Amino acid sequence: MRTADLTTALILIAGGALVIWDSLRLGIGWGSDGPQSGFFPFWLAVLLVGACAVIALQAHRRASDRPFVTRQQLRPVLSTLLPSAAFVVLTQFIGLYVATMLFMGFYMRWIGRYGWVLVVGVSVLFPIAIFVIFEKWFLVPMPKGPLEAWLGY
Amino acid sequence: MGWENLLLGFQVAAQPVNLGLAVLGITLGTIIGVLPGLGGANGVAILLPLTFSMNPTSAIILLTSLYWGALFGGAITSILFNIPGEPWSVATTFDGYPMARQGQGGEALTAAFTSSFVGALFSVVLITLFAPLLAEIALKFGPPEFFAIQLLTFSSFIGLGGGNPLKSLASILIGFILASAGLDIVTGQLRLTFGITELMKGFDFIVAVIGLFGVGEILLSVEEGLSFRGVTARINPRVVWQTWKTLPRYYRTFIRGAFIGFWMGFKPGGATPASFMSYAFAKRFSRHPERFGKGEIEGVVAPETAAHAAGGASLLPMITLGIPGSPTAAVMLGGLIIWGLQPGPMLFREKPEFVWGLIASMYTGNLIGVAMVLAFVPLFAAILRIPFPILTPLIVAVCAVGSYAVHDSMIDIWYMLLFGVIGYVFKKLDYPLAPLVLALVLGDLAENALRQSLIMSQGSLLILFERPISGAISAVAVFFFALPLLQPYLRRARKPEVAAVASHDG
Repeated sequence: MRTADLTTALILIAGGALVIWDSLRLGIGWGSDGPQSGFFPFWLAVLLVGACAVIALQAHRRASDRPFVTRQQLRPVLSTLLPSAAFVVLTQFIGLYVATMLFMGFYMRWIGRYGWVLVVGVSVLFPIAIFVIFEKWFLVPMPKGPLEAWLGY
Repeated sequence: MGWENLLLGFQVAAQPVNLGLAVLGITLGTIIGVLPGLGGANGVAILLPLTFSMNPTSAIILLTSLYWGALFGGAITSILFNIPGEPWSVATTFDGYPMARQGQGGEALTAAFTSSFVGALFSVVLITLFAPLLAEIALKFGPPEFFAIQLLTFSSFIGLGGGNPLKSLASILIGFILASAGLDIVTGQLRLTFGITELMKGFDFIVAVIGLFGVGEILLSVEEGLSFRGVTARINPRVVWQTWKTLPRYYRTFIRGAFIGFWMGFKPGGATPASFMSYAFAKRFSRHPERFGKGEIEGVVAPETAAHAAGGASLLPMITLGIPGSPTAAVMLGGLIIWGLQPGPMLFREKPEFVWGLIASMYTGNLIGVAMVLAFVPLFAAILRIPFPILTPLIVAVCAVGSYAVHDSMIDIWYMLLFGVIGYVFKKLDYPLAPLVLALVLGDLAENALRQSLIMSQGSLLILFERPISGAISAVAVFFFALPLLQPYLRRARKPEVAAVASHDG
């Protein structure tokens, strides 16, 4: 917990410093038409750095023994996060519908260990449902890839 | 004058299309409320793109109905599965789940839905009465007043939010900083883009909501293992009727809960403390405080009434001032802007059919909602029996769809994933997420209000304190900001007294 708390605070301080640096470039003073662009972010970032410095101090002093995440918890979290990340990468290249199908199929088979009939059924029908609702009824387009292009969409 | 407007509103809300949308919204909302990882805020966020082509009044009716549905859905998971879908449902689990385990799940659910209905109705009546007045006052507000209200909004997270006030402050600041990224519309300069064109568009709060609350919540809930254990409940007209006959006995709890909920709720972040406060009061004034926590029906009535009164009340500042009281209200506010409406007091003058249609739909939506959830509880509860390995990828995919649809942009799906990880880490480290989202929504408005105020005063921040209305609001805000610093002293001042009383008793 302590390490995670400290790390987060330090990352936020670094982020704050970055914002301060960019705000100084834009100008934090008084321009011809009121406060310059950097004025608002500059003071926000100064406060953020201050608040996070104190949070880091608190975390340093009052160490909690409770771990941030146990090994037992980390496994299901990673086995959800990593396939989700892969799903996003896939969406970028082959479109959302096919990526959803692969993601659902993989997750159901790998984590859920379902039979192939159910796996294929759900992972094919669900993207089709999204397609009908979003693309057809509400005319909201989704990212598409080669398969959709081949089908003429 | 108010009644004619309300009548006009009912004519709008009672149109078949709008009634149909209310039913649809409540159904979807209840499903969303029952599903882990999807709550009111991100449910509304995901469906927002579907409303782009609707007329604004129908769209807002769909979204508010969704909101009521999500609130009802939260009660189902709390009582039958001991999983609070939302933070303000936590207090409902204290007595709701024990009741369900003793075979009184139907009674607990009936009590919860009825209390929700009463609480929400109370808020809506007060909104009907006060919203036009508040809007009238707000019309006289200038930039300093608006900035003062923003200060008050965020100070209440720090002063009343509980938890570590510094972490609340950090969340607020992060939200504001993210909001300032991208093109500065006043000066035309690019901020915090570091020369990367993709960053020019800035961060959309809808994507942040979906990531923080949706993906982040999923990661948190898989941590606990990949299954739910629930209790089944039988609910039929007889159970409902029997429970209804006992409920009038708790009229004091209803009234207290409704007032606490409304009072806490129109300030941001109020629903959760309101539900706990109402529960604590009910326990203190009860003749059988020892029964609380073991399955006392009053322990379900109290938090549910307050939470829903607060949920309704959070819409009051949204429609009158253009400042949302909760993340869900914030998403709806974002919707208003997308539909081409200018949120704020002018809405009452320029779009009466919209405002009053919305208010009237709160009545009809709640009425339809309570009837529907009572009738279809088993169906909604069955959703939680869908196994996790199917639900998890399904919810992640739906979140991606919602994120992409906002701007048709792929980078938003990446942001969603990023915000999901941030949401997971922040939740574990007790950084509150709601203030971050509100700050992200209100960032531009707050900055413009501050800029204009400073221009009016030639750069002096004192303008916030010099004008009477903004001065009073700012003073309260400063008090809330300072509250965490003052608290140790207040406690020390009170302690000798308590000690004296205790020794007296002994």
